[in-house]
Amino acid sequence: MNDDLLELARRVAGEAQPNEHIEVLVSRGRDTDVRAYRGAVESLTVAGSEGIGVRVISEGRQGLAWAGTLEATAVAETLAAARDNARFSEPDEYVGLATPIDVASAPIPELSLWDDTVLRESTESKVARALELEAATIALDARVRNVRSASYTDGWGASALVNSLGVEAVSASTGASCSVSALATDGDETQTAGGFSVARGFAGVDVAEAAAMAVTRATRLLGAVSIPSRRVLIILDPMVTRSFLALIGAACNAESVQRGRSMFGERMGESIGSESVTLIEDPTIQDAYGASTHDGEGIPTRRITLIDRGVLRSWLHNTYTARKGGTTTTASAVRGLGSAPGVGARALFLAPGPDDPDAILASVPEALYVQSVSGLHSGTNTASGDFSVGADGLMVRGGAFAEPVREVTVASTLPRMLLDITAVGSDLTWLPGGGAGQTVLIGEMSLAGRDA
Amino acid sequence: MIDREVIEATLAFALRNGGDFAEVFAEDRRSHAASLDDGKVEELSSGRRRGAGVRVIVGETTGFAHTADLSSEGLREAAAAAAAVARGGAPAQPVALADTPAHASSAVRVAPESVDKARKVALLQAADAAARAEGAAIRQVGVSYGEGTRQILVANSDGCFATDTRTRTRFAVQCVAVGDTGMQTASESPGRSLGFEYFDQFDPEDIARTAAQRALMLLTARPAPTGPMPIVLKRGAGGVMFHEACGHGLEADLVKKDASVFAGRVGTSVASPLVTLIDDGAMVDEWGTAAFDDEGTPTQRNVLIEEGVLTDYMWDLARARKDGRAPSGNGRRETYQDLPMVRMTNTYITAGSDDPETIIENTDRGIYCVQLGGGQVNTATGDFVFGITEAYLIENGKITAPIRPANLIGNGPAALLAVDAVGNDFATWAGTCGKDGQGVSVSAGQPTLRVAELTVGGTAV
Repeated sequence: MNDDLLELARRVAGEAQPNEHIEVLVSRGRDTDVRAYRGAVESLTVAGSEGIGVRVISEGRQGLAWAGTLEATAVAETLAAARDNARFSEPDEYVGLATPIDVASAPIPELSLWDDTVLRESTESKVARALELEAATIALDARVRNVRSASYTDGWGASALVNSLGVEAVSASTGASCSVSALATDGDETQTAGGFSVARGFAGVDVAEAAAMAVTRATRLLGAVSIPSRRVLIILDPMVTRSFLALIGAACNAESVQRGRSMFGERMGESIGSESVTLIEDPTIQDAYGASTHDGEGIPTRRITLIDRGVLRSWLHNTYTARKGGTTTTASAVRGLGSAPGVGARALFLAPGPDDPDAILASVPEALYVQSVSGLHSGTNTASGDFSVGADGLMVRGGAFAEPVREVTVASTLPRMLLDITAVGSDLTWLPGGGAGQTVLIGEMSLAGRDA
Repeated sequence: MIDREVIEATLAFALRNGGDFAEVFAEDRRSHAASLDDGKVEELSSGRRRGAGVRVIVGETTGFAHTADLSSEGLREAAAAAAAVARGGAPAQPVALADTPAHASSAVRVAPESVDKARKVALLQAADAAARAEGAAIRQVGVSYGEGTRQILVANSDGCFATDTRTRTRFAVQCVAVGDTGMQTASESPGRSLGFEYFDQFDPEDIARTAAQRALMLLTARPAPTGPMPIVLKRGAGGVMFHEACGHGLEADLVKKDASVFAGRVGTSVASPLVTLIDDGAMVDEWGTAAFDDEGTPTQRNVLIEEGVLTDYMWDLARARKDGRAPSGNGRRETYQDLPMVRMTNTYITAGSDDPETIIENTDRGIYCVQLGGGQVNTATGDFVFGITEAYLIENGKITAPIRPANLIGNGPAALLAVDAVGNDFATWAGTCGKDGQGVSVSAGQPTLRVAELTVGGTAV
């Protein structure tokens, strides 16, 4: 269905002159998005998109250009713009393309990322899913009379990457999900929380699961108040854990390290986390929503252990950072159409521990269970690792949830947090957008709330 | 971009099965970016995005499709897909298209594409040198330049036909400083709806020096305190506080879904009488400015809160039609591939009469914020957070030690009521506002002002 993408990428890469190298990324996709509100369809969007990104390297200078169309004149203009841009950047000895030798460094993972139900199911049945989701959410609890939004989304994407050194990589994948934001009210008070279900295709999306998740998380915050400032043990909800792991992963990115922007810069081989912390990046895992057979330079992905029982073992690399660091790529290149390959994680997770969430809650006399955080990106300094975030959640005592808490911040540093992780739950959960999280217990952090 | 006859045919085709409203939004955007890092000009990139989105509204339901093919066949196909929500109704007749009058958009004096790349690259290098000259502790400097020109066409079945060209330019510098206390980063990134004449107002070397000095200051900063206290915000430090504290809560789509604490409060007192809050998409040259919003409604100055009393929300076409009132020029979308929704443009608190120096002198103990980072809000509860990236302690009415970044938290209505001093100065800040996965350019502004109490999330308990 998308063979023309590979042909187009080959044709454009084949235009490379003797003194230049060209890398071409061509993609196409289609999405259906249905939003339900008050028992009716609020919006229905069905649309396709396509685009091309070209990277030209000439005498060590790199230029980029992209276009949101595959129409012939635009493609020619894009190649010309990339060539012109290359004239103005400065030569860099480490700039280059992936080679067939890089590609041969690991087997291509066997992944099944395409579920036909995304194409075969009618728009009507997708619309019905979104309406079912809203109805199911409101039916679960009398305090949930409304949703802010309830949606069903699915789509497919296909891409082809070809470079003038002979590297070729094609991929195609589908995804489907539903999500709902429930509004729970009690008198004058409103609390809100989200629920979702994600799968490879239409068949795997579980509306009941998404509804239950949103209703549980919204209603249990009713009655939440701010509490006095104090130090407190922290238990992170899986989604919050995943958000923090993304920041840790960004500090293990060789690009940040080489540019002096990583909090772990000088610490390779050192102990930077507790024994409970083993952090792995593995895009070859079938269940991961970020799973991919190749990275953004066309190289087969593989499993990389970043932190092993607290000891920092590896950075994430692409071919540029590998050349610069005198090592080999970890196939962690990520790129958009218009950008040079950067470095990023696709399926980052903590190796699960032996205890389930109930056991973790019961293991401490008192803690704050953080259900969600806000301002994580505005409140974190990625160079120093300092963070301070708004938090919503519940106190935990005697192994059970107690009073709900809101309008507080928790603060610490990411390096401190890694050393203070005392238990990693067994409830490994793969989340939309790539990566996984689980329940995690951490030592004391500063909580700022109202005056005592 | 597209002939008027083709637009008329597309709108008629979109309504052939019935419907209350149809719209075509087309854009052609050319952008260019250049960046320098680690002492090298490393990435020059150009982009082209061109396409149209067709929207059909039938009762409460919106159908939407977009295409990169601007031929009449391509547009018909998108219209058919969008119209699929309206099945078997009697055809509806679009009103004849009439040019929508508007005030002059920000006229660009120097089109960015007329300036050669070598000159833009030289600006990056000058900024890099200026930042590093501030001190040996400056170890890393990242500089970026971005320009974009968007041609917009909006037409709808009510007869609107609006075209506009929007140009934006932004220059950003980020510095990493290393010292005994570790590593700190700071940045400065002003943006304006201007062409290359942006550089008559903003000097790249000044931007670089500001970022570098901020990073160096953070090396000497002590941990932020913890708990509730008075906060003085320097003019332009980040109307982001008001953007989060009440801006989103005044968007009519959230209000109408009972997802805002400001629902049902028009005519009541929601802020201190010192607070007047405006959203104005027509502010000259500002980052959130345009002649029309992305639904073809001319932008205008909207008074949202007047001397503490809530006077109005912000509206897009769909919400305004439903409520039987005029739209306010706040219907925006990120690209032609997105549905519009209610968004802010340039949101600001008007200047008052207090002398900024006196506000600080009258504060016994608190925080003086010079730069705010991003923020986030839960409009249903009103809880918001925002990051402080450059701030100092106020002790006995004097600005003393710098403090390390932290989050401030508060609750919208409570924070607005707690504004107890408003200065006679003013400045704005440019940023990107995210909502439902769409980012739009906005500015936020305020005079120097004081909030009697917000909670600081520091580490010094």
